[in-house]
Amino acid sequence: MGLLIKEKEFVIPGDVIAEGIDYLPAGGVFREKDEIIAEQIGIVNVDNRLIRLIPLTGIYRPRPGDVVIGQVVNIGFNGWSIDMGFSNLALLSVRDATSEFIERKSDLSRFFDFDDYIVSKISNVGKGNLIDLTMKGHGLDKLHNGRIIDVNPSKIPRIIGKQGSMINTLKSLSNCMMQVGQNGKVWISGENCEKLIEAIRLIERESHTHGLTEKIEKLLGEKQ
Amino acid sequence: MYSKRLDGRGFDELRKIEAKLGVVESAQGSAMFRIGDTIAIAAVRGPRDLYPKFMQNPKRGTLRCNYNMMSFSVDERIRPGPSRRSREISLVTENALMPAVNLSDFPNAVVDVFIEIIQADAGTRCAGICAASLALADAGIPMRDLVCAISVGKVGDKIVVDLNKLEEDYEGGSTDMPVAFLPRRNEISLLQLDGEMKKEDILKALELAKKSCEKILEVQRNVLMEKYKNE
Repeated sequence: MGLLIKEKEFVIPGDVIAEGIDYLPAGGVFREKDEIIAEQIGIVNVDNRLIRLIPLTGIYRPRPGDVVIGQVVNIGFNGWSIDMGFSNLALLSVRDATSEFIERKSDLSRFFDFDDYIVSKISNVGKGNLIDLTMKGHGLDKLHNGRIIDVNPSKIPRIIGKQGSMINTLKSLSNCMMQVGQNGKVWISGENCEKLIEAIRLIERESHTHGLTEKIEKLLGEKQ
Repeated sequence: MYSKRLDGRGFDELRKIEAKLGVVESAQGSAMFRIGDTIAIAAVRGPRDLYPKFMQNPKRGTLRCNYNMMSFSVDERIRPGPSRRSREISLVTENALMPAVNLSDFPNAVVDVFIEIIQADAGTRCAGICAASLALADAGIPMRDLVCAISVGKVGDKIVVDLNKLEEDYEGGSTDMPVAFLPRRNEISLLQLDGEMKKEDILKALELAKKSCEKILEVQRNVLMEKYKNE
């Protein structure tokens, strides 16, 4: 009865985390009969009666409020289909895309064309993975120039850092423009992108170690 | 009389097992599983859109397995490409893994599992399932359980575990029974039989398979720990 695996411990799929009905399953775990079982590789997180898993691997799971970077793959009558690396496409409707008045049957590629990358926010995730995006918000826009690199979505919080400390360090030391999407896509643009990419890969590789900021400072400071 | 195994193992002894994660860089998750001289590599791609569209399932995602033997994996070169045998094994692998994965979060999508046998010395479908299970976990696909598979059988008059090619071809008669287990739920998800065996022998062999699967689970757990533990 009770918790069988302590908080912050490592679990693999099929591990029984708790027994009995004292706990409730949240993300990454499920209940079968009176056991709570891990569904993914991750770290156990216990919040009062809620048990959830902090996944260490896996694809991005969309959540409302996330800022994501996606690519226009289709233009429909009333909006755009956006690929953001999830199994299903997201929908950006004309109403949420711009405050401009758009005449009926006008050419939507004027705003976002095929293959354009955009920064947008998830406004709603509905049943059957119908994902709605919005462009209304600070810093949400089409991306010009630059390049997109893919990183593991579970490492994104490390790239941003506490209250954006890491991303500010990266930006100021490399003199590059940078935009991070929660879906594991990072847009960068500037003179010496190569070093910045190296730094991002370092974070991805050594996200669990201490003194990461110093390592990044050394890497970016040294070569300039 | 089969009094001693051809490679000198005990009758309930497995061949040496080795597993490794992340062997295919471009895949979401991948794993190598080696048991004796049988080596299987599995790569997981997805969840991604499933086409043609009529194959999509709006209730839950689809699992699609593809088993393939490399042309150089056996003594005599086999013709590359799909065959009757590989289609059958793809199907049973899919059925063996299906109860372990939970794809209800990915409607209309597909999770592709590609299994390549790069060296074969009997028990390839079991090695393939073990590798696929590791690769699925590595890819972060929601799973209800890991899957462990092993072949058991009867060589001559003895019940043995993990037959190799020499034993499979033993002239005194040999029966081979691949079994896949879901260890937590204690369920069997694959059971095939190639040969003849008495009911009592099958029950005895299943018991042996269950015990061996615990050892395999231990290996799988260790390799998953090794990669992710210090993160």
